[in-house]
Amino acid sequence: MDLMEAKVALDTLWVVLAACLVFFMNAGFAMLETGLCQAKNAVNILAKNFIVFAVSSLAFWTIGFGLMFGDGTPFVGLSGWFLGGADNSPAMGDAYQGVFSSLSWTGVPLAAKFFFQLVFAGTAATIVSGAVAERVKFLSFIMFSFVLVAIVYPIGGHWAWGGGWLGSAGFRDFAGSTVVHSIGGWAALTGVIILGPRIGKYTAAGKVQPIPGHNMGFATLGTLILWLGWFGFNPGSTMAADAGLIATVALNTNMAAAAGCLSAAAVAWIVLGKPDLSMILNGTLAGLVAITAPCAFVTTGSSVIIGLIAGVLVVVAVLFFDRMKLDDPVGALSVHLVNGAFGTLAVGLFATEGGLFMGGGIASTLTQIEGILAVGVFTAAASAVVWYALKATVGIRVSAEEEREGLDTGEHGMEAYPGFTSRAGI
Amino acid sequence: MKKVEAIVRPHLLEAVKTALQEVGIVGMTVTEVKGFGRQKGHTETYRGSEYEVHFLPKIKIEVVLGDELVDQAVDAVLKTANTGKFGDGKVFVSAVEDVVRIRTGERGESAL
Repeated sequence: MDLMEAKVALDTLWVVLAACLVFFMNAGFAMLETGLCQAKNAVNILAKNFIVFAVSSLAFWTIGFGLMFGDGTPFVGLSGWFLGGADNSPAMGDAYQGVFSSLSWTGVPLAAKFFFQLVFAGTAATIVSGAVAERVKFLSFIMFSFVLVAIVYPIGGHWAWGGGWLGSAGFRDFAGSTVVHSIGGWAALTGVIILGPRIGKYTAAGKVQPIPGHNMGFATLGTLILWLGWFGFNPGSTMAADAGLIATVALNTNMAAAAGCLSAAAVAWIVLGKPDLSMILNGTLAGLVAITAPCAFVTTGSSVIIGLIAGVLVVVAVLFFDRMKLDDPVGALSVHLVNGAFGTLAVGLFATEGGLFMGGGIASTLTQIEGILAVGVFTAAASAVVWYALKATVGIRVSAEEEREGLDTGEHGMEAYPGFTSRAGI
Repeated sequence: MKKVEAIVRPHLLEAVKTALQEVGIVGMTVTEVKGFGRQKGHTETYRGSEYEVHFLPKIKIEVVLGDELVDQAVDAVLKTANTGKFGDGKVFVSAVEDVVRIRTGERGESAL
């Protein structure tokens, strides 16, 4: 084996290993979201979070990957359906000949590129699940997820990563604060608005009536799994075993998570009176989401600052969305939408090259804002069309009776804890 | 015969049980229950919003015993379940007409 072959082998090993870590984030989301919802809806949330990766796999393979990374226009990829078309990966750069030239910067086989990008697409779809939980119809969620991963996510992603106009304009999003997390967040926000809040969440007088999650152990385990998975998500986005870079990115990722954890705990303690565990968990994820775009462009000190700000933002955002009566049982909007946007902005502010606070001028910040807004407007509009189309056809919300009884028996005909007698109310 | 029903704080069950055994009772039934008294539950918070918890978890201990042990049994509960704070619970004493041991069919106090 010559040196080049050895490099391809190592790079591929790293990319596939990182993809496996990101895949495991499905377990994290499943545990987090189930824990923060009620026992009577646990089967439904587990089922949604499980099936969504299967849906994503087929949606992304058939057309999603082609729309996102296939050669085409600055707005959409137009080749590479079913992972077909010419491709001589792992040839790189000028030596690359094929239809996925937007990925010719990485020297791994096409299957590895696809597998890594697939687990990212799956993550975007999973974000929606928690926000619309405890009231969305199982079938409509599956259909929405398919369209999101087949069409909406890939188009936004093409702009930034697939050789599209945003990437050409200098927009920087290393591992997907905007491409993955904000797109998932905008899709979730439109779902939350169009579905409306869970019955009983807001009283007629406008008071918030909390619906506590049923298992904080699940939620904590889920968050730890996500924290672990992020060591694939961000360092893996090098798509090469670049020793210095993957180590720095892993370090920055961890420091932002730690800072977000602590600042959310402090804010909850000071503002709300107690260090609410669900806020501490959300704060950690907020730090992770916020560092996702800048992790390769900023110093470790900046990563800590970004994490600290993210932890504050997430607590404020949870209170804000509740005041707006936007019912998000797991805090997905506060974590992924708000901090996805903030993390993308943070590249413009803190990047060692071109960052506003690093003496690089305002140009990069403006490009980042342009990207945040463009992807946001597109995703919100496209998602709204899909949600309304589903509402007009199969319906998107379960009946009030089913919602009160629980989606587990209503949608799936089974309970998560059939041996337990205790139910909410007493 | 009398039945003593004591509703106590869950973490004091072990102390109450030991004190009742020292009095000389030979069996008891314990149930996890929820309820409220004069304080009508308490307030908890979740993600920044307060909400009322009306029913608080307690343990209900049921003991049936001879009349001569009732005062000692009640004293044993009072001594071990009293923290001096709201929510310590209650003791109810009532008459029991008959007892039957299912295995042998014995009746009355000898069936206890």
